[in-house]
Amino acid sequence: MRANRLFLLLSLALFSAAAWSQSDIEKGLEIAVEADRRDTGFHDFRAELTMLLRNKHGEESTREMRSRSLEVDNDGDKTMIIFDQPRDVKGTALLTFSHKVDADDQWLYLPALKRVKRIASRNKSGPFMGSEFAYEDLASQEVEKYTYRFVKDDVLDGEPMFVIERDPVDENSGYRRQLVWIDKAEYRPIKIEYYDRKDSLLKTLVFRGYRQYLDRYWRADEMYMENHQTGKSTLLTWRGYEFRVGLTDGDFTKNSLKRVK
Amino acid sequence: MRHGRALLAVAAITVAAAAAADETWRGEIALEGRNFPASPLDGSQHGANLSISGNVEYYRQWDDDRQSLTVKPFARVDQHDDERTHVDLREAVWIYADDGLEIRAGLDKVFWGVTEVFHLVDIINQTDVLENPDGEQKLGQAMLKVSLERDWGVVDLFVMPWFRERQFPSRDGRPRTQPRIDADRASFENDREAYHPDVAVRWSKNLGDWDLGIAHFHGTGREPMLLPALDDDGRPVLAPRYVVIHQTSVDLQGAVENWLWKLEALRRSGQGETFTAATGGFEYTFYGILDGSSDLGTLFELMWDERGAEATTPFNRDVFAGVRWVVNDVDGSEVLAGVVSDWQNGTRFLNLEASRRIGNDWRVDVQARWWSNVDDDDPVFGLRQDDYVELRLTRYF
Repeated sequence: MRANRLFLLLSLALFSAAAWSQSDIEKGLEIAVEADRRDTGFHDFRAELTMLLRNKHGEESTREMRSRSLEVDNDGDKTMIIFDQPRDVKGTALLTFSHKVDADDQWLYLPALKRVKRIASRNKSGPFMGSEFAYEDLASQEVEKYTYRFVKDDVLDGEPMFVIERDPVDENSGYRRQLVWIDKAEYRPIKIEYYDRKDSLLKTLVFRGYRQYLDRYWRADEMYMENHQTGKSTLLTWRGYEFRVGLTDGDFTKNSLKRVK
Repeated sequence: MRHGRALLAVAAITVAAAAAADETWRGEIALEGRNFPASPLDGSQHGANLSISGNVEYYRQWDDDRQSLTVKPFARVDQHDDERTHVDLREAVWIYADDGLEIRAGLDKVFWGVTEVFHLVDIINQTDVLENPDGEQKLGQAMLKVSLERDWGVVDLFVMPWFRERQFPSRDGRPRTQPRIDADRASFENDREAYHPDVAVRWSKNLGDWDLGIAHFHGTGREPMLLPALDDDGRPVLAPRYVVIHQTSVDLQGAVENWLWKLEALRRSGQGETFTAATGGFEYTFYGILDGSSDLGTLFELMWDERGAEATTPFNRDVFAGVRWVVNDVDGSEVLAGVVSDWQNGTRFLNLEASRRIGNDWRVDVQARWWSNVDDDDPVFGLRQDDYVELRLTRYF
């Protein structure tokens, strides 16, 4: 019910703002560029993740992973995600070269067969490990992947926010648009609403427990994704963030994928 | 037995080499049941079989993660097949990796290839037919492998000091060829037998949407020729004969939108007349079908061998069509179903594989295989009564 009401309110808000002014488009882009600028230069990091999946009957299952990321100049990040739980997929690893505009390149290592499988680049809207996160939700968020529009100023939990709409450029995205709440103080995403291709509210992602690393880079301890259409949710918890641990391109190759344990 | 001692020596050396560092243990135990609905061709074979197997993997990492050691022993106990009841060292490999250089020494597994059905160019490891007739299971291969990662690609150099013979089901085993293949009757063309020093080199590169690999192998061919012979009791058997070959291969894979394009091709000399063989095709995936989260892949592959009916593999003039359904659910459910048809002699092979997780630590797998319309001259002729359904329950630790 709450979701429906929210959707109704948002629809009304959008219709009333139907006349997209040039200044709103410029302001939306400026906010996105500023948020990106503030998160540039971390070079590399690694962290551990836990996903708690819950269905509408309250049944839970967990996934545990390790993640490594490397910033690439003038392109999207390179990331590697290594699975630890559930146990049947332990040692499975996903290597992604994300790109600003082109489709990402992805390879999956299957340890039982010692085989590296290429993943079709169209695959981005599908669920990641059965969770409510799609591949594209977890991919590196490059400015060029969306077009932007400033929607309004808002206040969440007493904090002043920008609300911007961003529309995926890639026609293979599972979304028509996303509404992003970005706090004015630090330009961090606080909440994202995902609208499906039919423009119905599909999911809401809430970022909680932001912490600052290297006196600059903000990372949320928790990302809570709720699917309004299925009643399922996923709580993604991050821990053990380490920045600038000396990762290089050599840590993001098919050979390094095969060395993963 | 010679190999058994050598395997133990490798294990002992590698274990001793490990210094204090991060270490992990993991393992799995699998219970497997097979049911064969049709009566066997050989009276010593059975209609059903139970088998239990397990492996343990020890892993240790040190030297700022530059060095690691993996040791993975395996054991299986089989109700009927004495050859399947065995122990094996699957892996025992030391790895050094730093800045574009990787060195691996020990018993290791390396997979080359891109296609779904027939792994044509994959040659480093011997195929473990005992585990599963699908050709995807491999025996550990003793090797020294050096890899260089550069801007112009990755070069892998292999030296393989000894060769492991393919093992085959016993008289009581099923599925198996008729007559059976007797590994005790194996012979080598080369005087050095299993100790011919095999070498291989592979160059591979990622070209954006495409991954390309070119390789050359020189050494004992993993696939034996099969010659008529008699066993100790004077019954007809097939005797494996191993020859030294040269094999040049190429593998190519492309990911374009919903398409995965796949090609493997080789030219091999030394095993009869020099020949060319190729397999390739595509997988086209429909994303987000049904409830919006399932993926349905449609697969199509061709298999061609210049030798035609004289080929040593069943995949000489064949076409594969299949579907892969990935549910993307919490249990990681997947189904792969397809049919391989020989367009020259009409032999058909139907294959179904399905699996899902149960809870956090268990997985159940079902495999069903049927051979139909089998031609007398097809290499799978002996399997015509060996259609089976396999149910496997695995517990991971």
